[in-house]
Amino acid sequence: MSGGELKDLSETDCPECSAKIRIPSDAIDGEIVTCPDCGTGFELEISGSGTVTLKQAESVAEDWGE
Amino acid sequence: MGRKTKVAICGLMAEVDAFSFVTELEHEGAESSCNLQSSNFAKKKIIYCSRMSIRFPRTRQTLKHKSSRFLFRKRERNQFPLAGRKVRVGVVGASGYVGGEILRILLGHPDAVVTLATSKQYEGEPLHRVHPNLRTFTDLTFAAPKIDEITSKCDFVFTATPHGSSIRFVPTLLGSGLRIVDMSADFRLKNPTAYEEWYGYKHPNPELIKDFLYGIPEIYRFEIKSSKLISNPGCMAITSILALVPFVKAGLIDEEHVVIDSKIGSSGGGAKPTLGTHHAERYGVVRPYKPIRHRHTAEIEQELSRLAGREIRVSMTPHAVNFVRGILCTIHCFTKEKLDAPRIWKTLRGFYEGARFVRFVRDKKGLARYPDPKILAGSNFCDIGFEFDERANRLVLLSATDNLMKGAAGNAVQCMNLMLGFEESAGLLFPGLHPI
Ligand SMILES: NC(=O)c1ccc[n+]([C@@H]2O[C@H](COP(=O)([O-])OP(=O)(O)OC[C@H]3O[C@@H](n4cnc5c(N)ncnc54)[C@H](OP(=O)(O)O)[C@@H]3O)[C@@H](O)[C@H]2O)c1
Ligand SMILES: [Zn+2]
Repeated sequence: MSGGELKDLSETDCPECSAKIRIPSDAIDGEIVTCPDCGTGFELEISGSGTVTLKQAESVAEDWGE
Repeated sequence: MGRKTKVAICGLMAEVDAFSFVTELEHEGAESSCNLQSSNFAKKKIIYCSRMSIRFPRTRQTLKHKSSRFLFRKRERNQFPLAGRKVRVGVVGASGYVGGEILRILLGHPDAVVTLATSKQYEGEPLHRVHPNLRTFTDLTFAAPKIDEITSKCDFVFTATPHGSSIRFVPTLLGSGLRIVDMSADFRLKNPTAYEEWYGYKHPNPELIKDFLYGIPEIYRFEIKSSKLISNPGCMAITSILALVPFVKAGLIDEEHVVIDSKIGSSGGGAKPTLGTHHAERYGVVRPYKPIRHRHTAEIEQELSRLAGREIRVSMTPHAVNFVRGILCTIHCFTKEKLDAPRIWKTLRGFYEGARFVRFVRDKKGLARYPDPKILAGSNFCDIGFEFDERANRLVLLSATDNLMKGAAGNAVQCMNLMLGFEESAGLLFPGLHPI
């Protein structure tokens, strides 16, 4: 398998907009995933038993289109 | 071969397709027997049947089906690529902007063929004299609008004529059994006296109004499938209604205070020039247009009230702005309680589940963080976004379309697709241009 390709993606609902967010199988605790629909960033919290929870990540506010 | 294949087709399906379907079965060597209620089969016109049960000789499968023509059509497609003729479509008022856009879509439509395009001004001229983008796509020339020619050459007609004209023309087509989508306002308002109030004329055929369904597929998909006559919504009306309906239905907003501020491009005014549309006057404007009592207010209130089951008032102010295609409606609603983003998202997603042409745009990243009509030119999408202002319990809805597409021709073809049992998105999946 070439590097960077991800296998066994699992899905979870975005806590903000309910879109499906894919979690890579080799995701690590603290990794940031971004919702494809609403762009919210989430930090993955992965417990010892492997359950994944999403915590809204701190993001730097961007000055956009003022 | 030689095995009996029983075919009985549900009552309301598209006639032309039933014909193709049966022809195809015969072609395969299967014997078909239809449970026909009435048939014009010999004249290759209409088949009305009641039940369907098909046995496929090769796979020995039997399909049984009682009532939905949609399902039937889907199976037919999968099993038998259409060998029969396409639906023959005419466009009346084809020299206008909406007519031209309907032609553009139909000339690339997999299940339709344009057989007639009428214009009084350009009779005899090739279509590309008026719609230069259509050069090489058709040899058709504009024909004068004549009733007998329309009824003999077409199965389906779009009337893209001005309000006040449609009402005189459309009734002459009604006896023929043609299916019609009218683009004007003449059949949109269900209360006949509303025409005096909003359009300044007395409706000459009020008894016909009820026969026309107000055609928004995202709301009346089921009803449109069995309709023969559709009244296509106004462009700013559909753009506003699509944003508001989920929240009105959910009872989340103050129904007395809804403010719609909309911007519209110059093609919204049609192809006929006036002094105000002359480039020197029109270029660069942000021109408030009918700050109060714009006509689309009437249909927005009508539809929202009907869907809510209560009287709903909206206040609308449009502006003519500096682009050719596009509408952006910024809609201010006041809510009874504080709403958070997840709840607003759920309200939208829940209402529009499976709706291919409604998209949600409220993105924290990237170029388009809210809807923008610029990237919708030529596409049939309505993009909806929102923000909630907690200080004032104000829900801001943002809704964008191309006025000639989801605001007119695209939506009308979407209705046609449903009426004829075609794929709802057939001919309509152009994603728009970027950059543009
Ligand atoms: N433009 C939009 O964004 C938009 C959006 C939604 C709905 N609509 C509605 O769609 C319809 C067409 O709009 P449009 O913008 O395409 O207008 P348009 O560009 O002015 O075209 C109107 C067409 O109707 C024909 N026509 C004019 N007067 C007629 C009459 N008395 N009898 C028969 N035909 C007549 C004209 O062709 P000939 O004179 O050559 O026959 C012309 O091609 C209108 O009802 C409009 O309200 C427009
Ligand atoms: Zn999301």
